[in-house]
Amino acid sequence: MHEITLTQILFVSTALFFIGMYGLFTRRNLITMLMSIELMLNSVNINFVAFNKYLFPEKLDGLFFTLFIITIAAAEAAVAIAIIINLYRSHNSIDVDDAAEMKY
Amino acid sequence: MNISAIIFYAISALILGAGILAVTSVKIFRAAIWLLFSLVGIAALYFWMQVEFIAAIQIVVYVGGIVVLIIFSIFLTQHSGKGMPNPTKSKMIFSALAALFGTALTYNLICNYAGFTMNTAKPFNTSMNEIGTQMLSITNYGYILPFEVVSMLLLAAMVGCIVIAMRPTPSTIVTKLPNESIILTNKD
Repeated sequence: MHEITLTQILFVSTALFFIGMYGLFTRRNLITMLMSIELMLNSVNINFVAFNKYLFPEKLDGLFFTLFIITIAAAEAAVAIAIIINLYRSHNSIDVDDAAEMKY
Repeated sequence: MNISAIIFYAISALILGAGILAVTSVKIFRAAIWLLFSLVGIAALYFWMQVEFIAAIQIVVYVGGIVVLIIFSIFLTQHSGKGMPNPTKSKMIFSALAALFGTALTYNLICNYAGFTMNTAKPFNTSMNEIGTQMLSITNYGYILPFEVVSMLLLAAMVGCIVIAMRPTPSTIVTKLPNESIILTNKD
């Protein structure tokens, strides 16, 4: 084996992204779907940092994008959990199949 | 195979194994704990890439904030001892096929792309001093405006969460009745 390069890190983040996508497709529970989305956001963060470190080490823009993504992911998770709690209060369930009023 | 590569593969195995268990575990509380391990592994990967500041932010925000928030909401909304119903077989098969196909396609693209020109001549300086100076520079290419906008976004999200999750008080329910509203408008 040889030195770890950008390609190996991209493989890891790709696998993590598609693991998150699999979870988003199979889960029917809102909290677990939110967890899958967190995994996908994290894989994007790994990509930003790796590209910044290995291709453009003289600038730090990738790190700034990662910081902004982490901030917005935190805001998104907080709002999503507020919505989930409100949904549980009105429907007594957080299954996506039970909240079908606006379907069709 | 040097020690750095071994550490990298160990961290990757932790991230991917915990990630797979987080999306397939039947009990929701266990899924949250596996997600926590996966996020810790990602923080370790940042340490391995020598971006300590991002790793610290990852631990503080994700592990300390978002996972705790998720666990709170699990306790508020779920009977965490009970397992979730399994997805149907056909949905599992087609989702796995879609994920595998996407992974294979992306791997193929990455393997065949030879345009990555590694730039190791210049040092990768990620001290906090450097991050702060470049991010908040007001001359050119600084990120001071997005920084301020994101602070407003956080404030708006915080207020929005409180408003959405607030239990409606009895008085507001009463004023929503049609008769009451008519009386109120007559008074006005």
